[in-house]
Amino acid sequence: MAADGHRLGPLTVSLVALTLTGIFTAGALWIGGYAPMSALGSLFTGAFGSVDRFLSVTLVHAVPLVLTGLAVAVAFRAGVWNIGAEGQFYAGAVAGVWMGLHVGHLPAVMAISATLLAAGVAGSLWALVPALMRLRLGVGEVITTILMNFVAVHLVSYVVRWPLQEARGVFPNTDMVGEAVRLPILIPGTRLHAGFALAMVLCLVLWAVFRFTAFGFGVRAVGASEAAARLSGRIDVRRVVLSTFLISGALAGLAGGVEISGRTFALYEGLSPGWGYTAIAVALLAGLNPLGVVFTGILFGALEGGAGAMQREAGVPAAWVSGIEALVMLAVLAVDQAARRIRPVVLDVTHRREAQEAQGV
Amino acid sequence: MFEAVALTAFLEASVRLTAPLALAALGETVTERSGVINIGIEGSLITGALCAALAALSSGSPGVGIVVGGLGGAVVALGFAAFVIGLNTDQIITGTATTLAGLGFTGAIYQARFGATGTTLTLPVLQPVPLPILSNVPVLGSTLFYQAPTVYLVYILAPLIWFFLFRTEWGLELRAVGEEPAAAEAAGIRIGWTRLLAIVFGGTLAGVAGAHLALDSGTFIEGMSSGRGFIAIAVVVLGRWNPIWVLAAAFLFGSASALQFLLQAMGLNTPYPLLLALPYLLTLAALAGWVGRTRAPAALALPWPREST
Repeated sequence: MAADGHRLGPLTVSLVALTLTGIFTAGALWIGGYAPMSALGSLFTGAFGSVDRFLSVTLVHAVPLVLTGLAVAVAFRAGVWNIGAEGQFYAGAVAGVWMGLHVGHLPAVMAISATLLAAGVAGSLWALVPALMRLRLGVGEVITTILMNFVAVHLVSYVVRWPLQEARGVFPNTDMVGEAVRLPILIPGTRLHAGFALAMVLCLVLWAVFRFTAFGFGVRAVGASEAAARLSGRIDVRRVVLSTFLISGALAGLAGGVEISGRTFALYEGLSPGWGYTAIAVALLAGLNPLGVVFTGILFGALEGGAGAMQREAGVPAAWVSGIEALVMLAVLAVDQAARRIRPVVLDVTHRREAQEAQGV
Repeated sequence: MFEAVALTAFLEASVRLTAPLALAALGETVTERSGVINIGIEGSLITGALCAALAALSSGSPGVGIVVGGLGGAVVALGFAAFVIGLNTDQIITGTATTLAGLGFTGAIYQARFGATGTTLTLPVLQPVPLPILSNVPVLGSTLFYQAPTVYLVYILAPLIWFFLFRTEWGLELRAVGEEPAAAEAAGIRIGWTRLLAIVFGGTLAGVAGAHLALDSGTFIEGMSSGRGFIAIAVVVLGRWNPIWVLAAAFLFGSASALQFLLQAMGLNTPYPLLLALPYLLTLAALAGWVGRTRAPAALALPWPREST
């Protein structure tokens, strides 16, 4: 879908979309009675104002966004409308914290691996339900993945009040996982943990998978046209769809595990402020390209990270950020479609230029 | 005696919780019959709830709240239509963005107006109106016919929309647009306008559904639509795009939501989050068991005009 069939590159589409969002947001802030420049200014300094804010706030926020953004990008590439990254994230967080509380006595490498593995597997299993419903029963995944999100949210609220409630049994959260389960800090004195490095590596790996492997080709082919991929006879469409669902779920689940193991060390309700949904904007703005997700993930990390400063300093409620994220999605869609329409004109201009050059004008 | 009281309370709650689902689902039925799936009705719902809350607060009248709530939902749907029809964008992603925009901006407006501290808002409540004679029937009278006006709206709209879709010229045209847009266009039907009206109608009902949520509970909470718009879309599938069956399916889910009250009243010490997850699980189970035997409008969610590339 995104950025195909017209001459504007994905980067141009994203930049134009961001500019439009910026203008529209400034206008909306002005209408809302805020000072747009000071609001956006405090948003910016909140995210990039100092080295520590950039490393400890923006990049730390970017970790779950890059991972869930990858999850969405992979799925959308194959035409799998996984709107369920939020639920898969929570499934991963539940399994991660459960594992983390059980393996605290092991050496760190094993404890962390077990925790993240449990999270990834749980995310996959959460995605398996809509995957099987689509493949076996023909139920579209859009609604089923969304419904699974709500089930996951209530599951978390059950888990933190009953089976995994903290030892004193007072607060709705789990105990903290032990030191062995916690991801190491990348840069001493900041909160930037190894989950960031993991996310970057996964972006590279998935980029390479898409570009160089038969599986990556299959995913792109199914995404471009399921019917054509099936008719070609060379691509097992059902298998591609199932694998994509599972990989997508694993990435989102891993994001949940990394949050537990790298940032919060415990599970509580509202662990995610809707990262699984923001992930859709992250993936779309990246043109569904895993390398692009690195940048858009950090950009949205800045937006989430700067929201607090914007609220404190300019009095703009942090909830604006979710609205702005939705505007980014709409802007990408609009610019992408608009670019399709102007294509004939663009072609016309280039042809005319070629013709003129040929005539020696 | 206790059982009878509990049962009446359960049925009354079922009907009350069915109303917003049924309203949103009936509207979405019309939208989807025109070939457009609007996942953004969740955004219309929450916007309707906030608009209704603000209007009821300033006017003191829940009735004004209902009307303004419907308008709010319609405006959101108009935004969705501008993208989907005007720019021919992908319906699923546009709908998701519409929902996120609705949830985000209602939260922002609510926080700006009432602060982020979570002071409970007290609104004029939608009072139940007993229907003459009917409300005196035992059990059914107090459950079906002693309800808020929005519930009666559901009773009226379900058969009315059925009649419109299957017994009128306009209904036929609308369904033609959803099944065979190319043929419909050749027959002189304006695809864009038909779909625009269907989307705005759906958004209006979703807005009224949101208004019912706010004015029935007497408060507004951020994100209080809690996925009802999405359940409504599943309800449309379960009701096979037929308003009468859609109403029946909505009642099924209203009852599932009301089950928590019944179990609490019976004093069973059930962990309540699992009960809260029940309607979503039930929807999933019903979709799994049902969908193979239904057929969506043929042009549902497809771009129009078809892409040339």
